[in-house]
Amino acid sequence: MTRIPISALIGLVLTGGFFLLALIGPWFAPYQMDEIVGGVWEPMSSQFLLGTDSIGRDLLTRMIYGGQTTIFVATAATVLSFVTGSVLGFLAATVGGWVDQALSRLVDLLMAIPSLILALVILTTVDVTLPTLILVIGFLDATRVFRLARAVAVDITVMDYVEAARLRGEGQSWIIFHEILPNALSPLVAELGLRFIFAVLFISTLSFLGLGVQPPMSDWGGLVKENSAGLVYGVSAALVPAIAIAALAISVNLVADWVLSRTTSLKGGRGG
Amino acid sequence: MHPILILVVQRLVLGLLLLLATSALIFFGVEALPGDVAQAMLGQSATPTALANMREELGLNEPVISRYFLWLGGFVTGDLGTALTNGVDIATSMGQRLGNTLFLAFWAGVISVPLAIVLGLIAARYVGRWPDKLISGVTLATISLPEFVAGYLVLFFLAVQLQLFPSVSMVFPGMGVFERLGAIILPVIVLVLVVLAHMMRMTRAAILNVMQSAYIETAELKGLSPMAVIARHAFPNAIAPVVNVVMLNLAYLVVGVVVVEVVFVYPGMGQYLVDHVTKRDLPVVQACGMVFAAVYIGLNILADVISILANPRLRHPK
Repeated sequence: MTRIPISALIGLVLTGGFFLLALIGPWFAPYQMDEIVGGVWEPMSSQFLLGTDSIGRDLLTRMIYGGQTTIFVATAATVLSFVTGSVLGFLAATVGGWVDQALSRLVDLLMAIPSLILALVILTTVDVTLPTLILVIGFLDATRVFRLARAVAVDITVMDYVEAARLRGEGQSWIIFHEILPNALSPLVAELGLRFIFAVLFISTLSFLGLGVQPPMSDWGGLVKENSAGLVYGVSAALVPAIAIAALAISVNLVADWVLSRTTSLKGGRGG
Repeated sequence: MHPILILVVQRLVLGLLLLLATSALIFFGVEALPGDVAQAMLGQSATPTALANMREELGLNEPVISRYFLWLGGFVTGDLGTALTNGVDIATSMGQRLGNTLFLAFWAGVISVPLAIVLGLIAARYVGRWPDKLISGVTLATISLPEFVAGYLVLFFLAVQLQLFPSVSMVFPGMGVFERLGAIILPVIVLVLVVLAHMMRMTRAAILNVMQSAYIETAELKGLSPMAVIARHAFPNAIAPVVNVVMLNLAYLVVGVVVVEVVFVYPGMGQYLVDHVTKRDLPVVQACGMVFAAVYIGLNILADVISILANPRLRHPK
């Protein structure tokens, strides 16, 4: 590992911290998630490190569980979008013809409508649960991964070694997983961070609008919503989850920037 | 026919096709999902008889295709149907709100576009020096903020701590223009913050890209000042990409307002849409979705047309 720039190091440490907190945080949470332990919007004190929320639950505990939900949903949605997006993208590039046309035009259409609007239309009819949220965010985000994966794979499919594999009589899936995937990995990995941020912002926005994670569970976006009424009276409880979302997004952004510049310079600046 | 006219007409036709496909997606996509409007309105515990009655009443037993064309035909003639929850005509309740939303988006656009271009020019002029680093650093931070976080930060500091502006943006019919402007200052600030960063970065990138051309070197060598080189030689050639990104961000504004309106309790389209998603009022949501998609696609097509017109190679064919 060569020298890591200071901004990327800060990003890595913070991102690692957030994930660690999501994994083991609940063991250290001072109270139960739903437990009413004090008055409404008590200020920060040694008993309640971040104060209490709109109905007297400990905000630090809520933050820990909320962060777990946010990070879990965003991670699951990112994995889903990468698996569907890249497999379909590679398929479109290798098979070509009408499969490519059909998939690409469908993705064009999906990307012509703002994702938030499309998600709201979908969430009107389906029940809002964690699995449906993950599916909606994952599939809407898969369109962007598809575009990237297809663009990268189209360049690779014309390479000699792919042709050689075809002439050897290898099947479609062998070519996708053994020839294209290893060579398309680095631009895809660089995109991973950006898609994760998108998923975090998406789930937070949906929850903030009251259409994401449903009570009694809560994620950071939902925590902002629950406590937003207090802002007008000068209670800053809603800013704590708001700042947490921003900090997570910025730290992942710093790492993604670094990975992006590393992978593009590796390829001689061709831009992946 | 002039070749540029053909290109423009092609774009417009493509836009109409896209709009048609969008309407099909919004209509059939919802049809294909599990559960329907009757189920959504009556809840999980509804009896089969009640469900059947409700479906009959809403006309859900008609074939899907004929319902689609009925809906689409109504849309083209300005009849958006009635809301399920209160039976009010959708077009009537939407009219006022659409006006409010466009008013908000218009002022956010009027402020953010010139500001972004000027900041982009400054950053490109002092590339790698402190003004560039400052502008780029601040915009990187604002890019990572979701709209509602930016909204509450602005609300908390400007409206609550400093008491400069009202924290709720109430507007009502019969309000004067200046009163209205006073009411929407905070949401406008938030929207400007949200779109400024992206526009400014793209302007900077587009100008830096042009700055590598040979004619820029010529302009520098004949002794023009750096700002004159940028303003007179680089900027006109960077117009196409800049217009594109400006339009994309204006289109993004249309979506950003959904969240910002909820933060500031502003009576616009976004508020209307979110309310009715919560109430599971599908006709209203579909109508709002179509209007948002239409504005979004319209601005994208406009961006395409402007960048075609801004290209001298296409304007003066050999």
